[in-house]
Amino acid sequence: MTNDLQFDSQGQLRNLLTIEGLNRQTILDILNTAESFIAVGEREIKKVPLLRGKTVVNLFFESSTRTRTTFEIAAKRLSADVININPSVSSTNKGETLLDTIDNLEAMHTDLFVVRHKDSGAAYLVAKHLPPHVRLINAGDGRHAHPTQALLDSFTIRQYKKDFSQLRVAIVGDILHSRVARSLIHVLNILGVPEVRVIAPKTLLPVDVEKLGVRCFYDMRTGLEDADVVVMLRLQRERMQGALIPSEQEYFNLYGLTLEKLKHAKDDAIIMHPGPMNRGLEIDSAVADGERAVILPQVTNGIAVRMAVMAIVMGGSAPKDRRPGQ
Amino acid sequence: MITQEPNLAEQIDIQETLTRMVKALEPLKASRPLMIGIQTGGAWVAQLLHQMLKLEEPLGTLDISFYRDDFTRIGVNPQVKTSDLPVDVDNRHIILVDDVLHTGRTIRAAMNEIFDYGRPACVTLATLIERDGRELPIRADVVGQSVRLNTKEHIKLIKNQEDLTPGSLELVIQKAGE
Repeated sequence: MTNDLQFDSQGQLRNLLTIEGLNRQTILDILNTAESFIAVGEREIKKVPLLRGKTVVNLFFESSTRTRTTFEIAAKRLSADVININPSVSSTNKGETLLDTIDNLEAMHTDLFVVRHKDSGAAYLVAKHLPPHVRLINAGDGRHAHPTQALLDSFTIRQYKKDFSQLRVAIVGDILHSRVARSLIHVLNILGVPEVRVIAPKTLLPVDVEKLGVRCFYDMRTGLEDADVVVMLRLQRERMQGALIPSEQEYFNLYGLTLEKLKHAKDDAIIMHPGPMNRGLEIDSAVADGERAVILPQVTNGIAVRMAVMAIVMGGSAPKDRRPGQ
Repeated sequence: MITQEPNLAEQIDIQETLTRMVKALEPLKASRPLMIGIQTGGAWVAQLLHQMLKLEEPLGTLDISFYRDDFTRIGVNPQVKTSDLPVDVDNRHIILVDDVLHTGRTIRAAMNEIFDYGRPACVTLATLIERDGRELPIRADVVGQSVRLNTKEHIKLIKNQEDLTPGSLELVIQKAGE
């Protein structure tokens, strides 16, 4: 059902809601297109005219700095006009519903929505509501999905490790609340990574997590053994109800990434983190600032990957395809 | 349905055509030009011309996918390649190379892209094949071979071997419809 919204009848990507349902070729097309946008970001004039005259609305019902900023820069580098709306300080506070907000923005001839929302499924709800000529990219919905983060993470992995078919990737920390982990696990499985591991206390692992296609570890040292890529997740205290961890100090002792624990991974392992980082909670500063951390390259790559997704979903959106009044 | 018409295309000797282009480009060497080939056919032609002319400056390549004027109709080419201009284009003489000059739209897009890298002193256009059907006021300065084709016909440069040599390239005429 989601795929009816993600793809048109010709199999072209029209909305990006989740990684599930994408095939390997679609993902590789996005990564390869992003590769070309990296070069654009290094030029004197960091702009191409692809989305000239298009209006992009960044609609973030949940706070974000990195994701919103990189989506904004991505849209601007594609020459689109971009508007940022932070409904927590506008009309939803006055009681307007999500779909009413969307209808109003659509009436202003928005061509592409980038939506983040605290509820899982919000992006799907909005995409289903929009007329077919208006496109949507999910920038994170609840615990469900964060597809562009997973794509930029796999782009970064490919940049440093080249071949997905030989890798051991360990995702560490708050898997339970993490849409990043869920989307990343899907993308790595589709790209053919032979071993994806999750390392977390039982309280921070979803029920039946193995069914996603991962191996579970409760101990950092065994879980990190011979890993090529270590993805640290932020402990999402704002989403936690009840006592899921004994104490922050205890969590750091057991699951915080330190140079000592990192010795168990391969010597050339790279360290990733989607940000924002809690230093001294899930990651030690010596690791975060160390030479194997690729956390800032992830941010740079995020712009190119988001440009690629925007360009691909907006491609072929000629005015003759417009079907108004639906 | 696409059928291939070999006759006219087979009559063109690519080696000979390149030699003719080199002769015409030779006087421009004094200005230390930067040669830039448009992906993918134009990049092959540029690479061969660059070798034959023994140009000092490294060869550049341009992928104009992000500058096409039909993006809203056809979308992004999934085989998009990276543009690579290794030398600053400011105040330089550019020799822009393509395989086939047809409507002129590719060249317009290429010039837009070059100007996003800087402000060249001048741009010379060299094409292996020049055909009829221009839709923009664009002309080539150096032409390997001029051909006249039916509006439904397309002439295309293809590479048959891994290694790039004049012998690895072949021109084919494709007919749409019928």
